[in-house]
Amino acid sequence: MSHSSETAQVMAAPDIDRALTRIAHEIVEAQRGTEGLIILGIPRRGVPLAQRLGAKLASIDPGFDSESSLGALDITMYRDDLRTTAARTPEPTSLPTAGIDGATAVLVDDVLYSGRTVRAALDALADYGRPAVVRLAVLVDRGHRELPIRADHVGKNIPTARHERVAVRLAEIDGIAREAEEVVITR
Amino acid sequence: MRHLLATEGLTYDDALTILDTAEEMAAVTSREVKKLPTLRGRTVVNLFYEDSTRTRVSFEAAAKRLSADVVNFSAKGSSVSKGESLKDTVQTLDAMGADAIVIRHSAAGAAAQLAASDWSEAAVVNAGDGTHEHPTQALLDALTLRRDWHAAHRGSGSSTSPRGTDLAGMRVLIVGDILHSRVARSNLWLLRTLGAEVHFAAPATLLPLGVESWPVTVHYSLDQALAAAPDAVMMLRVQAERMGGAFFPTAAEYTRRWGLTDERLATVADLTLGETQSPALILHPGPMNRGVEISAAAADAPQTRITEQVTNGVAVRMAVLHLLLTGDHA
Repeated sequence: MSHSSETAQVMAAPDIDRALTRIAHEIVEAQRGTEGLIILGIPRRGVPLAQRLGAKLASIDPGFDSESSLGALDITMYRDDLRTTAARTPEPTSLPTAGIDGATAVLVDDVLYSGRTVRAALDALADYGRPAVVRLAVLVDRGHRELPIRADHVGKNIPTARHERVAVRLAEIDGIAREAEEVVITR
Repeated sequence: MRHLLATEGLTYDDALTILDTAEEMAAVTSREVKKLPTLRGRTVVNLFYEDSTRTRVSFEAAAKRLSADVVNFSAKGSSVSKGESLKDTVQTLDAMGADAIVIRHSAAGAAAQLAASDWSEAAVVNAGDGTHEHPTQALLDALTLRRDWHAAHRGSGSSTSPRGTDLAGMRVLIVGDILHSRVARSNLWLLRTLGAEVHFAAPATLLPLGVESWPVTVHYSLDQALAAAPDAVMMLRVQAERMGGAFFPTAAEYTRRWGLTDERLATVADLTLGETQSPALILHPGPMNRGVEISAAAADAPQTRITEQVTNGVAVRMAVLHLLLTGDHA
């Protein structure tokens, strides 16, 4: 795939898949299994990533029921920049049928940057119930945190400058072929 | 969007944005903490120059679910009864720091005048101005209709959420006092924008002058209108308080000719949503005069969506307040 000189690919489709496989194994190792585990994707790109993690968890531990343990957590109404950025239409929130009280909830997003999305997600989660533990899994950590937040599972650490943009392109969201998925950095 | 004044002129994209947002707001009602922090620290003023319980309570519930502070100002027993003008009242409320003003007034154009003035920086929501418009009522009706229209037509496997869909092909019949009804006007414009076909059925005395130039099919008999197989029937309230003159001889005659009686309910029960097996819908903006424009059996029928309309009203008003009070113009 060709790009303009300012865009560089930092992960290709196989890299994304391998990173998710490793994160799934890390989660199982950290939890010593999948008992009480729920996976919550943050719209939009966190949702398909969470679904893929769920499928991988189910193949590692057949006891993991991705049907009842997967969900989506929209954070639109909890953002701290609602007054300054254009109004957004909220995305659907769907909670795992297993419930979130007492569960180990793994939040999944594509890129960790300022940490403000995760802050909003923690607030949103508290309005739905009280998980015993909340973890964070991201495909890319690009640095520049503005809040005391860190990820428990990272697909790839990518050092960036603030003026650079990191874009994750996924089949489900961007309408591209699965083989064409990538993470690119634009300078 | 800076204000919501009318559905006439509301773009297709803005209408869908409001409906899609309202669809997610509705989910808040069913969860444990029925509150969002979105409008924390903002103030919504309900400025009501006309009696209304349900619309005011609906706006109040919507604002509170978004964590806004709510100030209710009703003209009765206020400085307005001492002769204060709209301008002075609004400037007083503005000085108290209102971020949004929800206004209901007996004069058509009151909300538009407020929005066009420099009396206040607040976002203005029209909650009914005379016989002109009542946009949030039309939006909640559209939300109600869209959910059933989508559910009836979606194939197995397609999304259960009606997000992004419209009312293309739907036929909606509005019955009763069109002349005095801002609900009918707001619905006409919005339903047309969303791709629906609108029919009116009303006695000639209760149709506005020039209705023939509106994009609507007019019937002078309710039975003929029902024979045209509408997908939804919206019964309007007989508004005794707006009727100075004699528009129809007696309430009993109105019921016989224009009411959704038990006999007509049997006709409606045979109608379906388009080509599907789902039943056609019955709506009423409330408050109902049971036994006048709608029989008790029709009001409580399984295809009646009146309580859903009330629930959806809160969701639509949450969506409107959210969209007007967030974003870079706020």
